[in-house]
Amino acid sequence: MPSHTFQLNGETVTVDVEDDVRILWVLRDILGVTGPKYGCGINVCKACTSHINGKAFNPCSVRVADIKADDEITTIEGLADTAPGDGLHPMQDAWLEHDVAQCGYCQPGQIMAAVALVNKVRAEGRAINEADLDTIRNVCRCGTYSRIREAIKTGQEAMAKGL
Amino acid sequence: MENHPTEGPSRVSRRSFVGYVIGGATLIAAADLGLTPEAAHAAPIPSVPQVPEVYDLNDFLTHCTLPTSNLIAIEIDEKGHAHFALPRMEVGQGITTAIAMLIAEELDLPVDHVHVTLAPARPELLFNQLTGGSNSMISMYTPVRVAAAIARKSLLEAAAILLGTNVAQLVAKGGVIGLPDGSSVTYGEAAAKAAKPKTEKVEVKLKKTSDHKVIGKPHRRIDALEAVTGKKQFAMDVDVPGALPTMVCRAPELNGTAHSINNKGEVLKMPGVTHVAIIPTGVAVRAKTFGQCIDAVRALDVTWNSGTVTTKSAKDIKAELKAGQIPLAVPKIGATSVDGEFTFHFRSGSSLEPNCAVADVRDGKATIWGGLKSPVTAQEKIAAALGMLPTDVTVNVVQGGGSFGRKLFFDAALEAAHASKAFKVPVKLMWHRADEPRQGRVHPMAVSRVRATVLAGGVLTFEQRHSSVATDFTHGLGERITAEAAALPTGLSNLTFSETIFMLATELPYNFGVVTQLLNEPKPAVDRFNTSSVRNIYSPDVATASELMVDQLAEKLKLDPVSFRRKYLKSDTVRRVLDRAAEIGGWGKKMPAGTAQGIAIHKEYKGATAVLVEIDCRPETVNREVRDAVTGPRVTKAVVVADVGLVINPAGVKAQMMGGFSDGMCQALTYSNHLVDGHFLEASWDNSAYTRQWNTPFEFECEVMESHGSQPGGVGEAGVAASMAAVACAYARATGEMPTEFPINFHEPLHFEPKSFIPSVPESPTDGLAYTF
Repeated sequence: MPSHTFQLNGETVTVDVEDDVRILWVLRDILGVTGPKYGCGINVCKACTSHINGKAFNPCSVRVADIKADDEITTIEGLADTAPGDGLHPMQDAWLEHDVAQCGYCQPGQIMAAVALVNKVRAEGRAINEADLDTIRNVCRCGTYSRIREAIKTGQEAMAKGL
Repeated sequence: MENHPTEGPSRVSRRSFVGYVIGGATLIAAADLGLTPEAAHAAPIPSVPQVPEVYDLNDFLTHCTLPTSNLIAIEIDEKGHAHFALPRMEVGQGITTAIAMLIAEELDLPVDHVHVTLAPARPELLFNQLTGGSNSMISMYTPVRVAAAIARKSLLEAAAILLGTNVAQLVAKGGVIGLPDGSSVTYGEAAAKAAKPKTEKVEVKLKKTSDHKVIGKPHRRIDALEAVTGKKQFAMDVDVPGALPTMVCRAPELNGTAHSINNKGEVLKMPGVTHVAIIPTGVAVRAKTFGQCIDAVRALDVTWNSGTVTTKSAKDIKAELKAGQIPLAVPKIGATSVDGEFTFHFRSGSSLEPNCAVADVRDGKATIWGGLKSPVTAQEKIAAALGMLPTDVTVNVVQGGGSFGRKLFFDAALEAAHASKAFKVPVKLMWHRADEPRQGRVHPMAVSRVRATVLAGGVLTFEQRHSSVATDFTHGLGERITAEAAALPTGLSNLTFSETIFMLATELPYNFGVVTQLLNEPKPAVDRFNTSSVRNIYSPDVATASELMVDQLAEKLKLDPVSFRRKYLKSDTVRRVLDRAAEIGGWGKKMPAGTAQGIAIHKEYKGATAVLVEIDCRPETVNREVRDAVTGPRVTKAVVVADVGLVINPAGVKAQMMGGFSDGMCQALTYSNHLVDGHFLEASWDNSAYTRQWNTPFEFECEVMESHGSQPGGVGEAGVAASMAAVACAYARATGEMPTEFPINFHEPLHFEPKSFIPSVPESPTDGLAYTF
């Protein structure tokens, strides 16, 4: 059984699993990290959105063998630790402020996508606009889309202040 | 309830109720789940002949002899926190938050000191454990407050003894009971003293609505923090030792079954795979990871039996529905008749969490964990399928990741039970997404025909004939329906259950002279298609057809759509929400060509909804490109105004209206299942065009109006119908053509290449790192 090592939420983990198992199942079924959700398995619903080296990715569509030992994977469970201070990540705070979640199933993925989008847009030296928000592909079957848009605008401001 | 035991608790006066303090070591306050503040119910309720099949009169009488059989109970712990196991299901609709608010209100306790969990199946509650029909808060509003009030009264009495005073001197606030001199005891301290050795009957008064401090104020969901930190547990997150991932390989045709497996030995040798077996719905595979289940499902070589609608396509079903339609009574009379016929295609009721459940069936016992809205029926039916007694089956209810009517059924729980029995080990069974639209429960296809007659400047008749694929209601029945067979108006009892539901839910709130709205199901068998009462079963389609016709009538009578509705509406409640939506949305403002406003109303669940939208149907918008997506006309602005009766949590009501709008909009524009040659083509979220961010209005506003109602109404479904209708009406006004087929893009070329039917699920891609951002 091949052995695979990578960085997960700030810790080094090693798992013994076949090369072609997708990261989502390594996280959920082997490591018991259940924040990233299954919604399609083909990279279209985005419920499993997490970060790799600070960028959004979908672990349902990446083989564990394609991850290097120094690759840093962050799931919703580790997001708060990537922000300054002891509390939540400012985007999580924004989600609470706007009471975005309904059933909550898609929300870990939504938040991870939102943080990555804000970082991407900021790197381009501008603020989020409606067209940027339209590019978010994460499905929310409860239909919380309008609250997600509002929360991202709030979260963006807090992230810019370095909260 | 009609047959309530005479010893049971009852209502004493308008705000006085009787409940119990249950004997035990801790303070447990209880109230009867059948308590309602009104002697008679507003809605007439039908009879249901099928009940004795699952629960007969003898069972009922047995339970009625238990004086506390129908109770819900609140327990106060040593910290002074309240605990309540809710016999309903939380699927995102916010009832755990609203229930916690009710308890906090009546107990004078902070909401975060109230802990609401989901009760396992309680067969003694009869059918009073079904989450559906937007009925949860209506039915729980009184009993929960009574139990909380009894707990508070008991705590005050105990505190009076501890502080050596009388109850009248005491003030309870924030979980502390104090005297004016500053001395006090906490609820926790009082709770130990308040426990009773024997069960006692207690009379309490509920707070006046005008004294409410928690009820009616917006409150964040009590599970919000867990949701945003990834800690909220769904069925697939529950850690049951030995329950390995399990998936099902399904037939290429709808409801096809497995005849034989041709390569079982080879599949069993695949990495991670532990078990393979035929179950009633296909071939179940158990493996170390779900990824390996997917690989095994794809590798399986199975000989399949045919399905239930072999060779049928949407056009065949439409022909069936039209042929079986009840005729219109009023003949077509030249220029005075306004006719319309509308087709509503199948659409998946799938939530984002797929069908799933954990099952452990061994040694003659079964334990199930799942998001189940009818756990009592699930327990009965799973026991029957396994050849066990219901008492050998334990059903644990886990919070669900959305439902929309889907979780009224327990398809995955039943499959998990079969698989665990076949494998003799625990299983964690989950549907692949591809199976959800293809084999999962759908909203039934329907054809709605409307004819109205206009004469001498007025509307004389309005007839609607709604012909539908049969809706499956075999998940068990709501308590209001079973309990009140005696309240049936004569003539209702010979209707089918679907017809009765339709009759009770459908209301055209206009003065249009002779109005008839009738449902029929030309082929009543429910095993051809897998249907369920997907969010607000008939109303969105019925309202879309009737509101489009209302706009036609307005045009014929040369009245503006809002003025026309105001003139003909017979309900002040509806008129108020209509006026307010028109005011907030700026009805009548000038719009560029190719764009338009649309407005629609709906009356149901003791309340009313009005929705105003602005839609952009200009080519540059309709043809905008988003990778692998359906764009089309864009709703740029939406205003929803709702009167839902007494509001417990305005934030929760607004959330439900936003969600209802997202559903209604895509049902009008983009979301459907295409039935072709005996199976549905859609197989995942890239095929099923549910609302996405690129379809979302730039502006969304919801106002929950102060209501004249003193009881909470249903909110989970109330937002869908008027939303779908308003979008359809706006589209008609923007394009000058009344749409008659829904969603409007149904006959456009498919935006996707249908995925394979064998193998039944797609391979997971490996190029995810090419799409990082």
